[in-house]
Amino acid sequence: MNFKRFGRPAVIAIAAGLALSSCAANEGDVAITGNDASASTLSGTINGAGASSMGAAQEAWRAGFQTANPEVTVNYDPTGSGAGREAFIAGGTDFAGSDSFMSDEELAGTFASCAPGSKAVDLPVYISPIAVIFNVEGVDELNIDADTLAKIFAGTITSWDDAAIAALNPDATLPATAITAVHRSDDSGTTKNFSDYLGQTAPDVWTEKASDTFPFSTGDGAQGTSGVVSAVTNGVGTIGYADASQAGSLSTAKLMVGSDFVAYTPEAAAEVVAGSPLVADRAADDLALELNRKTTNPAEYPLVLVSYAIVCNEYADAAQGALVKAYIEYIASAAGQTVAEEAAGVAPLTGELEANVAAVLATVK
Amino acid sequence: MTTVAATTIKARQRPGDRIFSSATVIAGSLILAVLAAVAIFLLVESLPAFVADPSAFDGDITNFWSYVGPLVFGTVYSAILALIMAVPVAIGIALFISHFAPRKLAQGLGYLIDLLAAVPSVVFGLWGITVLAPLLQPFYTTLVDWFGWFLPFAGPVSGTGRTILTVSVVLAVMILPIITAICREIFLQTPLLHEEAALALGATRWEMIRMAVLPFGLPGIISASMLGLGRALGETMAVAMVLSPSPNVFFQLLTSQNSNTIAANIALNFPEAHGVGVNILLATGLMLFVVTLLVNMLARIVINSRKAFSGAN
Repeated sequence: MNFKRFGRPAVIAIAAGLALSSCAANEGDVAITGNDASASTLSGTINGAGASSMGAAQEAWRAGFQTANPEVTVNYDPTGSGAGREAFIAGGTDFAGSDSFMSDEELAGTFASCAPGSKAVDLPVYISPIAVIFNVEGVDELNIDADTLAKIFAGTITSWDDAAIAALNPDATLPATAITAVHRSDDSGTTKNFSDYLGQTAPDVWTEKASDTFPFSTGDGAQGTSGVVSAVTNGVGTIGYADASQAGSLSTAKLMVGSDFVAYTPEAAAEVVAGSPLVADRAADDLALELNRKTTNPAEYPLVLVSYAIVCNEYADAAQGALVKAYIEYIASAAGQTVAEEAAGVAPLTGELEANVAAVLATVK
Repeated sequence: MTTVAATTIKARQRPGDRIFSSATVIAGSLILAVLAAVAIFLLVESLPAFVADPSAFDGDITNFWSYVGPLVFGTVYSAILALIMAVPVAIGIALFISHFAPRKLAQGLGYLIDLLAAVPSVVFGLWGITVLAPLLQPFYTTLVDWFGWFLPFAGPVSGTGRTILTVSVVLAVMILPIITAICREIFLQTPLLHEEAALALGATRWEMIRMAVLPFGLPGIISASMLGLGRALGETMAVAMVLSPSPNVFFQLLTSQNSNTIAANIALNFPEAHGVGVNILLATGLMLFVVTLLVNMLARIVINSRKAFSGAN
């Protein structure tokens, strides 16, 4: 009896709460097209999930796209590349962001959001250079080759005055300080790309296969890009790798490419991506890149992270397809890339690759 | 008279009584239900981890137990180190407040200590990486140079200071307010008669504290420490931010390689986890649950066995 007395208002309150909140959640789906001040006729909700590396860029893209298309809501959940691809394949999201392109097994399966029989494609839309940052007293400039870098991070070179480093930097006065190599302690696409670069360019030293987890148990671990940057900044004799846009005031090392030392620049990063061939034996419209890590062209900076937008060739729901197409087209456009460059320091898509992405997007429906 | 008796009987059946008693019963069973729900969730979600394929783990690790072992070690190691640092200081502060400080100062100091408990752990984490770690690093270098032959201080020294010792210092600061607050309350409860008797026998203040206050407060000190230990075991954010982790067991306190704690490991790897990786992380959560349970049970046993010897009876 007492339960009834208190239970009834409680039930009403809960029911009212649910009713109100479900109203709010549905708001985005109410399609009121036309007669707006803006020329846009798009309306609806786009859901994406995936790589956290492009989280900051997605924020900027969402803001830009929603300003231009006030009736559209874009959601991006930075759950990680693997989870993003899983959610997309299962049909939970309209597109995925991923630091690595789809595997052959994933492509062999079916995609729940895509029209029956059609597949999904990888589109490179996010290029982020990875900088090698260091903090050594008395050293402002550092030249380094892949072999030495691999040995430092694998823990075989332990002092800054090591002969290998001295040989590359004849003009620098290197102290006898111990090296503290700082890596990411959380799983990250940055680690995977860094590891992939060293695995390809210094295979004798870097024997572990590239994965999101740092492969060696040496050096210092720090959480997130900001954690690595702060550890390098506050430490003694430290070196680390981080998204170039986050390097701040720290000195960045020049990488040996061919016979020259190349400093990171967005242009050089875009250049190496533009010069990379597509992965062989895939559909013609799948733009998965075989990054040319071993490049010898001194105009290219090979330590980059490329993230893909994964979308359907043909959506089961044509209206939804048009929405996603518009959004990804905006991301890959010059305007979208500029927005992301300002917000997240990405290297914009250039030349042939930009044209290729646009051409593939034109066929998406 | 009969009418009066009837009214008193009626008064006993007031709805307020029944509502209140059923409310307490509901509250009491709710906590059990929540605990059971958490335990069942962890257990069910953990099952796939125990039979996970070796490829689901990184590096040389091939099964769940070799994955969780170093994490359990790191969790207990850092928490116990924190306790070793925090308990003596907490007892000192509590004694100062209860027996030494002038009343006005004691009150202010008490509030200040309680305020420390209100600082979010993220703030402690930020303080750890930006202030404490760089501050302690030169000290660590000296320690390794002089005492490197002693295993916990063996080198090579970390260049960033983000070691398990730094984490323990941060944890010690975080659990200090809990331990201090409880100890202070316990010390204030010491029977005045005991204290006066000790003083009357010619004891100095320190001797009085040793003979009357501390024996009386011992069970309280132990339960306060266990509460602090519980917080240190489960602390996530500060550890995740400060510690430089590595997937093995390390007794060294000052190197770049440190055993991670369970909670911090979950926080670090959950955002990018998928598939069976999520189950593995949840299974480590189950292990933390078990460790915490064991510690609490141990504390109960210790307190119960000590009760007889304290001045409390």
